Amino acid sequence: MPDEPLVLGIETSCDETGIGIVRGHTLLADALASSVDQHARFGGVVPEVASRAHLEAMVPTMQRALDDAGVTLADIDAIAVTAGPGLAGALLVGVAAAKGYALAAEKPIYGVNHLAAHVAVDTLEHGPLPEPAIALLVSGGHSSLLLVDDLTAGVTPLGATIDDAAGEAFDKVARLLGMGFPGGPVIDRTARDGDGAAIAFPRGLTAPKDLAGHRFDFSFSGLKTAVARWVEARERSGEPVPVADVAASFQDAVCDVLTAKALDACRAHGVDTLIIGGGVAANSRLRVLAEERAAKVGVRVRVPRPKLCTDNGAMVAALGSHLVAAGVAPSRLDLPADSALPLTTVTV
Amino acid sequence: MFVLALDTATPASTAAIAQVTDDGLTGLAERRTVDARAHGELLAPQIEATLAEAGLRPRDLGAIVAGLGPGPFTGLRVGLVTAASLGQALGIPTYGVCSLDALGRAAGPGRVLVATDARRREVYFATYADGVRLGEPDVAKPADVPVDADRAVGEGAVQYSEVFGLPVDEALRYPPGAALVALAADRIRAKADSERLTPLYLRRPDAVASSARKHVLQ
Ligand SMILES: [Zn+2]
Repeated sequence: MPDEPLVLGIETSCDETGIGIVRGHTLLADALASSVDQHARFGGVVPEVASRAHLEAMVPTMQRALDDAGVTLADIDAIAVTAGPGLAGALLVGVAAAKGYALAAEKPIYGVNHLAAHVAVDTLEHGPLPEPAIALLVSGGHSSLLLVDDLTAGVTPLGATIDDAAGEAFDKVARLLGMGFPGGPVIDRTARDGDGAAIAFPRGLTAPKDLAGHRFDFSFSGLKTAVARWVEARERSGEPVPVADVAASFQDAVCDVLTAKALDACRAHGVDTLIIGGGVAANSRLRVLAEERAAKVGVRVRVPRPKLCTDNGAMVAALGSHLVAAGVAPSRLDLPADSALPLTTVTV
Repeated sequence: MFVLALDTATPASTAAIAQVTDDGLTGLAERRTVDARAHGELLAPQIEATLAEAGLRPRDLGAIVAGLGPGPFTGLRVGLVTAASLGQALGIPTYGVCSLDALGRAAGPGRVLVATDARRREVYFATYADGVRLGEPDVAKPADVPVDADRAVGEGAVQYSEVFGLPVDEALRYPPGAALVALAADRIRAKADSERLTPLYLRRPDAVASSARKHVLQ
């Protein structure tokens, strides 16, 4: 509909400079500049390098998004920007830019929660969100299980990782298998030639004694250590390391825990929709296993296409559009970037 | 032409508006808040307030001048990305100037050492003769700064006045808006091409390459 609001979203919470433009639930542009190559040799995202890259990428990425959508900044009805959580210096570049654009165009600004945006992005693919829903957000920076009652008001955290994020575990295991950074895609690829049942790696926080206090929490640190021990024992004994089997068995362990806990959350809260987002949602095994298990218990799984799962500007625009449509008041021009923004805060 | 000047290379967030004519420069409004951790929050509202004070809308601006530093990176980037986004949205040129030069120019005649706080017990500095910089700006521990001046300005000069042993003009701590605009006045009048605003970082990013895999079976 032409009278739906045209909303621009800016994302800079980690190593991707993303600018998205949506009209209602329709995606018009999703421009992305990534500094991932600059971090590869460090085996993880270096905050100062990411911040420098955001500054350099902002204007050209904005121009690309506007050109792709065929609009000008004057046409935009509202600007949404990730205010947190994320890397403090990186967030600050996006928030300051958003303020500049909003100020110049004399348009409202919405400082929004990055995790809520990971949930909202699915509206661009599958339409309005059925609420309540359970959301499983898994990436290099986060692993959270959320109850989404009303996305405009905040989401209820049910559980989160107590140590490494799921994507971080992929990065670390990829590194110890000598596969480079980021680990997610390369492990997914390698695992296709391996047997996921070959090695019984541990499933963190799934034992009955752990479930009492951590029913919806995750732990991937023990898994990562178990993989390292297993590989090292092999190397010491002089045997070759079956890389594909290790990758597949590790991936199975992660996906087993993620899907089991997500569906347990659906059951516990009587919810029949599971939304999966974040970079790890692009993992092919996670998608298949979630579909399989959800079908058995009558839960519908919604996973946006891989490009919308990883960090991008479209997700921020999608959340902004949702907030504008719901009549939520915009943020003030002095809105802060908050690297530890809680999930209960959707707009700052 | 109405020109907006921004600087966040020091703990101060500065927004100023000046009118540049063929033969003159008049300051119309200036706002400054000193809080090293609040550039991201304060700068945009200050720009808004400065515009209001000057009786202007954003679209009335004809150019933007931004202090490129040197300065602590996080705050510096706030000013530059704000200037760049404003310039892009308004379709007006942006010009970069060295933030130390604004202090050097404002300091007036004679030989002047300009020093600002670089944190980690260091200063960004440069020496000026009658407002013109001699050599490139640099960063060093105060004791290692070559002192060849009659007086000093900048908050770094105030902080380390005993080390430098120079009389300090304590009123001149942060880059003044009018001086920032004056440094770019020739480019503004000539309608020179817009410039990419790249920070004068002077320091390499803190980035430690990750070590080789730790052996867990020791
Ligand atoms: Zn994310």
